[in-house]
Amino acid sequence: MTTPHTRERLTRIPTRSVALVTVLGASMLALAACTPGASTAEEPDSQYGFPIVEQKADAPITVWVDASRQPAADAFKAAYPEIPITVETYDGGADGSGSFQTKVQAFNQAGSGWPDVVFSTQNNDAAWASQGDEPFAAPLNKGYFEQSFLDGFTEGALTPLTVDGTVYGLRNDLAPTVTWYDQSLMDEFGYTVPTTWEEYQELGEKVAAEHPGYIIGGVGDAFAEEIYFWGAKAPVNTVVDANTLSSDTSDPYAQDMAAIIDDLLDAGVLAQENVFSPEFVQKYTGKVLMLPGPVWYSGALFSNPDSLNAKPGTIAAGLPLAWEGEDAVAGNVGGGTWFISQHSANLDSAKKFLEFVTSDERYQVDLASGLPAYEAAADKWLAKQAEAGFFAGDFAENVSTASTQVWDGWGYPRFSQEAVWAKTVTPKLAAGESLVDLLSEWEAAIENEAQVNGYTIQ
Amino acid sequence: MTTSSAERSLTDASAGSPRGGRRRRPTSRQRTVTGRWSRVSYVFVSGYALLALAFGVLPTLYAVFIAFLDGDGRFAGIANFTRVVGDFRFWPAVLHVGAFLLVWLVALLVLVTLLALLVHGIGRRWLSSSIRFVYYIPGALAGASSVVLWLFVLNPSVSPVAAVLRAFGFETFVQTVSPANLPVVFAIIAFWTGAGGWIVVMYGALNSIPDEVLEAARMDGAGVVRTALHIQLPMLRKWISYMAVMSLATGAQLFVEPRVLSQASHAVVPSDWSLNQLAYLYAFKQQDLNGSSAIAVILLVVSLGLSTFFVVRGGLFERD
Repeated sequence: MTTPHTRERLTRIPTRSVALVTVLGASMLALAACTPGASTAEEPDSQYGFPIVEQKADAPITVWVDASRQPAADAFKAAYPEIPITVETYDGGADGSGSFQTKVQAFNQAGSGWPDVVFSTQNNDAAWASQGDEPFAAPLNKGYFEQSFLDGFTEGALTPLTVDGTVYGLRNDLAPTVTWYDQSLMDEFGYTVPTTWEEYQELGEKVAAEHPGYIIGGVGDAFAEEIYFWGAKAPVNTVVDANTLSSDTSDPYAQDMAAIIDDLLDAGVLAQENVFSPEFVQKYTGKVLMLPGPVWYSGALFSNPDSLNAKPGTIAAGLPLAWEGEDAVAGNVGGGTWFISQHSANLDSAKKFLEFVTSDERYQVDLASGLPAYEAAADKWLAKQAEAGFFAGDFAENVSTASTQVWDGWGYPRFSQEAVWAKTVTPKLAAGESLVDLLSEWEAAIENEAQVNGYTIQ
Repeated sequence: MTTSSAERSLTDASAGSPRGGRRRRPTSRQRTVTGRWSRVSYVFVSGYALLALAFGVLPTLYAVFIAFLDGDGRFAGIANFTRVVGDFRFWPAVLHVGAFLLVWLVALLVLVTLLALLVHGIGRRWLSSSIRFVYYIPGALAGASSVVLWLFVLNPSVSPVAAVLRAFGFETFVQTVSPANLPVVFAIIAFWTGAGGWIVVMYGALNSIPDEVLEAARMDGAGVVRTALHIQLPMLRKWISYMAVMSLATGAQLFVEPRVLSQASHAVVPSDWSLNQLAYLYAFKQQDLNGSSAIAVILLVVSLGLSTFFVVRGGLFERD
């Protein structure tokens, strides 16, 4: 009776105890034994600006998408049934999980296995995917894609993916933050929609007193800093150059924003739950008076039957908030990105795929839940939203204005600001600590993370 | 009656003990059987030995080797070690894993022994064996899937034990998995998955204690508690240290639980919580296999050191 069990423990423990070393060791042994085939098969080809591997016209392409981008891959399959494609879903690197990077690094060690096309929710991925001895991402504007196609993207859309003038990926959607609000509740309570952060704070205090239980924002997400601090021009994530970063939470913009958040948290008008969590939906359906956040909240939260499921004609997207007497700027939360692997054996199919998913109406207008980054598709998407009349107010006008207002002082470093915020700030806010007091700790965490990723701190 | 139980305890002793129990001088018949069987046993053992060599010993040696090299393959002395130890994430990870091990090992040693004694003390055979079976079930779930189950248990809005969580003042998932709670949370998960198996092992070990000894104790007027303290516990010493050594090795390499929890909590549980996670980040995020190996080697040395302590103090390699 005890024997099988004992045996099981004996085999199980060593298996687990060497798991990590095994992965390292096995891949290194494989490397040492056969030397990576990639470098021998590659021949430098200046035609595309990167060494291309031997191409096979009928090779299937492997595409990694997150669950939300599955429809994009399905739409491509329907449009091009003759192109063989294997679709794999992964977490999309959400919240800075780093799964895209760690998987690619493992393939680099093994010398094979790279996917051809990858979707990532993190638009700072180009910062690492363009670097290293074996950069993953293929340059797109050195002869691979037509410049006329690349010019079709909304101005600035490709900036996060551009390193030293080379474009390493295509933007799926734009994700400027806007000021979402519920027009019907505003009318019912007799409030006017704030246009500045100061008015926003005042409204929060008023709501707490007059209509407790309603919220005017949320800080429970890993990307809360991209809504509130990016949108407040806080110089917390300044990439000075390729290897220098500066972070200054003592700046008045950062301090003022933290004080506003503290004040509103005390008042109980900011949600501390993650917007994708069941608690959020449970507690705040019908109770969201305002919610500053990215444009993609439109499809992900408000019109999503599994989320807030708002009534048509109630929710409006207002312009980003400004500091009093200053011009408004928008923050930005992601906006997905598509990359093609330099190791792809079928660059033609990969190119067709990327052109389809970023610009074709059959996905970007008919199915996509966020604002397309490709301008022609964006215009049609906005027109479609206006026609559907789901959103109140001047949705198309405000969203396109916001997309030109994203503040350029927030950089795209090789590490995820979302992960730093989530582990340093989120649990302490949930425990009731003050954000103003946490700012220096947050700054230290950013600087630490930057340093281990090879940045010097200015 | 006595014969059958004595037989049972002998079978259990030889089957359950990793060292084969008490050595008996083999009779001539047994010797030929042993001779024939020993060749077959090499075949059985070879499978394990080859895999252990390929996926255990060789990678370990390779890790030790490259831990002393720099990225270009030149000898680097202890540079990798000083670098990882100086990393701002290293000492917090050491503290996390240390706290987890402390909570978990103490709970495991005390509770498993106690529960095994209790189950062993149950007179009804069917009850005792069904309880052992129930204890064992969670261990049958693979690591990651059991963590997924715990994601629900730990979330006050969907948890079947939400009342307990609320009683501790946890209203949201983020509060439940706040940094201060994590060592305990992981210890509970690990206890839940692993303890049942050990209870079964301990039960087998308790069976190996000859009935005559227990009977003699009873005759001398020892109650249940005295018997447990003065007869059963000392005779379980080896088993307890065996459990400690094995669990220490597993626990020091905590990886799956914090990794899954990190993704599920939207990064509120950091991706660099444990040492093994840090080694993973070094290897696959920073492209620093040498640093990663240095962490692995440090883990190995510490685990070996602590295991030696348990082996020596627990008399694990002593013969009866």
